[in-house]
Amino acid sequence: MAHRAITISPRWPGVLAGTLVLVLTLGTLAAVALRAEFATGLGVADWAAIRFTLTQAFLSALISVVLAIPVARALARRRFRGRQALITLLGAPFLLPVIVAIVGLIAVFGRNGILNNGLVWAGLEPVSIYGFHGVILAHVFFNLPLAVRFILQGWLAIPAERFRLAASLNAPIGKILEIPMLRAVVPSTFLVIFLICLTSFAVALTLGGGPKSTTVELAIYQALRFDFDLGRAAMLACIQFGLCAVAAVIAWQVTGTDAMGAGFDRTVARWDMRRPVLDYLVITLAALFLVIPLGMVVLRGLPGLSQLPSSVWAAALRSICVAVGSAMLCCTMAVSLGLWGGRVVAVIGVLPLAASGLVVGTGAFLIVYPFTSPSDVALLVTLLVNATLALPFVLRAIAPAIAAVQADFGPLGASVGLTGWGWLRIVVLPRIRRPLGFGAGLCAALSMGDLGVITLFAGQSEETLPLAMYRLMGAYRMEAAAGAAVVLLGLSLLIFWICDYWGRRC
Amino acid sequence: MQKPIYLPVVAGLALCATSAWAETPVLQVLTYDSFVSDWGPGPAIETAFEAECACDLQFVGNGDGAALLARLQLEGPRTEFDVVLGLDTNLTAAARETGLFAPHGVTAELDLPIAWDDAEFLPFDWGYFAFVGNADAPSASSLRDLADSDLKIVIQDPRSSTPGLGLLLWVKTAYPDEAADLWAALADNIVTVTPGWSEAYGMFLDGEADAVLSYTTSPAYHLIAEEDASKVAWGFDEGHYMQVEVAGKVASTDQPELADQFLAFMVGEGFQSIIPTTNWMYPAVTPADGLPDGFETLMTPTVSLLKSPEEAAAIRAEALEEWRTALSQ
Repeated sequence: MAHRAITISPRWPGVLAGTLVLVLTLGTLAAVALRAEFATGLGVADWAAIRFTLTQAFLSALISVVLAIPVARALARRRFRGRQALITLLGAPFLLPVIVAIVGLIAVFGRNGILNNGLVWAGLEPVSIYGFHGVILAHVFFNLPLAVRFILQGWLAIPAERFRLAASLNAPIGKILEIPMLRAVVPSTFLVIFLICLTSFAVALTLGGGPKSTTVELAIYQALRFDFDLGRAAMLACIQFGLCAVAAVIAWQVTGTDAMGAGFDRTVARWDMRRPVLDYLVITLAALFLVIPLGMVVLRGLPGLSQLPSSVWAAALRSICVAVGSAMLCCTMAVSLGLWGGRVVAVIGVLPLAASGLVVGTGAFLIVYPFTSPSDVALLVTLLVNATLALPFVLRAIAPAIAAVQADFGPLGASVGLTGWGWLRIVVLPRIRRPLGFGAGLCAALSMGDLGVITLFAGQSEETLPLAMYRLMGAYRMEAAAGAAVVLLGLSLLIFWICDYWGRRC
Repeated sequence: MQKPIYLPVVAGLALCATSAWAETPVLQVLTYDSFVSDWGPGPAIETAFEAECACDLQFVGNGDGAALLARLQLEGPRTEFDVVLGLDTNLTAAARETGLFAPHGVTAELDLPIAWDDAEFLPFDWGYFAFVGNADAPSASSLRDLADSDLKIVIQDPRSSTPGLGLLLWVKTAYPDEAADLWAALADNIVTVTPGWSEAYGMFLDGEADAVLSYTTSPAYHLIAEEDASKVAWGFDEGHYMQVEVAGKVASTDQPELADQFLAFMVGEGFQSIIPTTNWMYPAVTPADGLPDGFETLMTPTVSLLKSPEEAAAIRAEALEEWRTALSQ
């Protein structure tokens, strides 16, 4: 983080944003805990769940990051037609509602999937996706795109001047430029993915094959829904926060910092371009792994498009409004926190990842209920919660960029008396436009696909697209639900692409 | 600035609208999601009841049966809901214990395979849990037969879904002392355990398993709504566990008469004739015209199994632990 002797921008927007995050994460947890009558201790099953949760999250994050490095490197070094479209498409799995992505994975890797039908046709033994490896496979499918994007941004953020300098000195680029960049980017990427997998629930259960794949989040679900044991839910949520804190401290310990000076603020082509075949092979493999399941979702859903009831379109419109609202709020919060900087912000930036979606929803319900009917504020609460839950990703994307701007241009800005809004508008925003657009798209798309708090708050007239899809499934309308999934996939990608395009168009 | 001029006008219109609404009494019914969907019973029942009650019937959908009770407990005695519709007998013991429900006071001739006597909860439909498979494919004839076979099934998690809990009690009722053994024998038949019914049923339709835990009435949906006779429910020798879905009057309701009127309407012709082809369950009171065409093709179990709410609540923890241990090996 940048050390600043002079305060260029006011702190109150950052404090406001930080407060909202604290209320929605720790505040909701407190609301649940306060309603609890008594707390029981942890049983054998809980310890098994904690062990399983940690193991799968660690392996999922490790494999995602290790695979992402060559993919990001290949994408950073190569220019080809459709590269940008491919990068957008590769991000899709992360943006999908879990239930849709699982359908796509099962269509490829399931007992009746493409892979097994191919193996049987070739006279080989079919393989099973269900089990520990299935959970890891699904988590890598979800999070590889995120890891690729974060690491790719790290590569693109290395100023061209440094590559030129290294090339002219005939210095090893990998050792002096790429490894320090990876040391700065990889630990936090690992942490983000580890925390996402820590709160996983539907993936682990559906592909894990049975109760041995029980996560802490499922135990929270059971406590909240079936046992109505708020004390137990609050205690398990505290454990999740504890695990998150430990992971965060370890990740920060191994994070390197950038010790070099500023460049001229642009990225140009590089000339260490040997072994193109290997790069294209890596890109092709990653694309196949990520795009085929999506293709299956589309293929299965196309016949259902004609069966969609009109209520689905109304729900889609509602989802778009929530997505745009939460993206705007989330970006404002992220910029405010980014300008504030420092460790406090780093903590606030990962808190939402460790929060259990169910506890946040339940706590928000308990906070709102004394004042108004939950369904009246369903969309507003969804917007706030979605913005907060997406904040870590957006902050992760733009905080380094803001820190870099402040380190590189802060003294210059201060010397000409550029502060506050002017500083933000003239210096900061144009320079963080790329990550800001990416972040806004990410938040909007995540918000589109969210099936969290809305399930607790919404009545019939506040239905969002994912909820409409889930309700279609519940009414035996599997084909129409598959059609709704295609609409959801299309809208998520479109809204992400628009924001991302806005960021890159400069 | 022109905009502020319109504000008082809009506010005035909004006020008129609210006062017009206030004259019609509102009955708020908390129910599960699929009940209120466009294809569920909700819309038709709303029209039918509003035609005779001079009121505004509002269904609020919230998750599944278990989520309903959790929602009501979250809201507590201050809740604005007047009726909760969609709990089943595995949840009514816990529901009764909350003290949030009042006696329903309705006496009706119910057509259930079992005797019904519950002061607080009144059934509106019922069904049998069953494994649903394809008509032209191998099937099992009992839970034991299934466990000994190579057939693959998808089930739901008893910790997050009501059918999953139903299967847990089905096994425990059929094999009180050997439930753990049966689960251990079933372990290699279970492809996976899903969080809810929808995921499991979708996986079965996609060919991931030979059968899925659902209801004996599920084939009726495919037969009547899709004219597809390819799905059948497997009849099991041990008998089939029942799900009886009930509604209850919330004790703190501000519309007690209207709630009573709704519960009486619920076991009447206008409500019950809508149930079979919208909720795909058996109506609690068979309509005068009988069941819709197609229901006669359904498999009818010879033995009906059902634990009383108190028994179900008492054995749940033990049965859950047996299930978890056996399937975690």
